[in-house]
Amino acid sequence: MAASLNGRAAVVGVGETAYRRGSDRSALALQLEASLRAIEDAGLEPKDIDGLLPYASGAAVAEDFITNFGLEDVTFSATTPMGGASCVAAIQAAAVAVATGLCRNVLLPIGRRGYSDSRVASRVAAMPQFHVVSEFETPSGAIAPAQLYAPMARRHMELYGTTADQFAEVAVTMRRHAMLNDNAIMREPMTVEDHHASRMISDPFRLFDCCLESDGGAAVVISSAERAADTRRPVPILGVAEGHPDSPSVITQRPDITRLGLAKAAPRAFGMAGVGPGDVDVAEVYDCFTWTVICQLEDLGFCAKGEGGAFVEDGRIGLGGELPVNTHGGLLSQAHIVGMNHVCELVKQMRGEAGRAQVAGAEVGLVTGYGDLGDGSLAIMGAAA
Amino acid sequence: MSVARPVPEPTIDSKPYWDGLKERRLLLQQCGNCGLVRHYPRPMCAACHSLEVRWIESSRRGRLHSWTAVHHPFVPALRDEIPYVMATVELEEGVRLQCQMLDAEAAALRLDLPVEIVFREVQDGLVLPFALVV
Ligand SMILES: [Zn+2]
Repeated sequence: MAASLNGRAAVVGVGETAYRRGSDRSALALQLEASLRAIEDAGLEPKDIDGLLPYASGAAVAEDFITNFGLEDVTFSATTPMGGASCVAAIQAAAVAVATGLCRNVLLPIGRRGYSDSRVASRVAAMPQFHVVSEFETPSGAIAPAQLYAPMARRHMELYGTTADQFAEVAVTMRRHAMLNDNAIMREPMTVEDHHASRMISDPFRLFDCCLESDGGAAVVISSAERAADTRRPVPILGVAEGHPDSPSVITQRPDITRLGLAKAAPRAFGMAGVGPGDVDVAEVYDCFTWTVICQLEDLGFCAKGEGGAFVEDGRIGLGGELPVNTHGGLLSQAHIVGMNHVCELVKQMRGEAGRAQVAGAEVGLVTGYGDLGDGSLAIMGAAA
Repeated sequence: MSVARPVPEPTIDSKPYWDGLKERRLLLQQCGNCGLVRHYPRPMCAACHSLEVRWIESSRRGRLHSWTAVHHPFVPALRDEIPYVMATVELEEGVRLQCQMLDAEAAALRLDLPVEIVFREVQDGLVLPFALVV
């Protein structure tokens, strides 16, 4: 059993730029702007940063932050190349680094021009993790996440009776949450009928089952528990884990294509935190697709495999429901900042600073990452002191 | 004006697979030590860690494990074929492959439908497997 990270590290600062479709700033400038805000939010200065965990598939490397901030002695840097699971997996790496004293304050920045620059199909083709798909499946016509994940969703529907209405429930709920968020891109009301009328992308995914492509930057600062005590409003990390699915580089060969790496990570993170799914007051769940939320709720243990579709019905995942999910609007309606926006939102929730989307009295919250064809990551946080 | 399909870049480990397709044979790797069949081609057997490989010819019979009808032109070369159906096929040998389906109507598909793998030369020198409902 690994040493526990529970209570050893805290998120001390969060920063976000405006999220948009279209930006005149470079991806590096966007994450520098977000990083400054996160450092300021923590009550720190750039010179206090001595650890760096930039987004592995992103536009900037540790050197860019050393150069632009003029950092004199960075003692820890790493990347966690897990696609959409990277940002939350980086929380685990950061927690290890500060808990062991390798560094004091780690910056986790991300910035992207997902709308303005190259789109997802060409981005993933360039990622080394996709080499198996690129060689054996792309010549036949499969390249984009929407296509590669669609057979997972289709099999889930066929095996368990999951429906397009349940997918729509996720999309409409995320939109309703985004409408409360001044920094959300999509704030027009959406109905189940709107979802069903949106064009088919890769069956069963319609346009409104798919996340946005957006421009923006986000960053968090993670410090050791001792250091965090001196910051403005630290949020303690109670449990954290990453998990890799069987056949991680190609979904086609996975024994159960409806089970994600998160299913392996969840018991570890909950065990470390000493809580169970029933204790969670708010969940920020990586929503690259509507179905991905349904599947992760199962793999997190909120319900049994196959019951995720029914779980999202009846307002259960909306604000005021049993388990509010993606209180900021998610990748589906706020913006696609690779889930760092989910991390920022959870920290705000645990501080009681989530504005109109605040879940009253939230004591325990979680954030997931999902990417790279099934990798999963999970962080569980407690209320700010 | 037609756009070429993305062309695979065979490796030392996968070249026999691609060469097999050119001869319209579906070749699978079998562990030279414990006999486990694996796909897609790679150097090591995950069960016994042997690097010894032999190649066996698949029966080309299988069942539909899942599918998707692709409506968005993610692959520009296939723009004119939209909507095309991508099948995940579980072969009799116990491994799967993903390939395009021929003459498939997505609405008529269901899990475990028997399919067979056939071959088409989609462009000069590129022979790919396709799934056909039996
Ligand atoms: Zn073997």
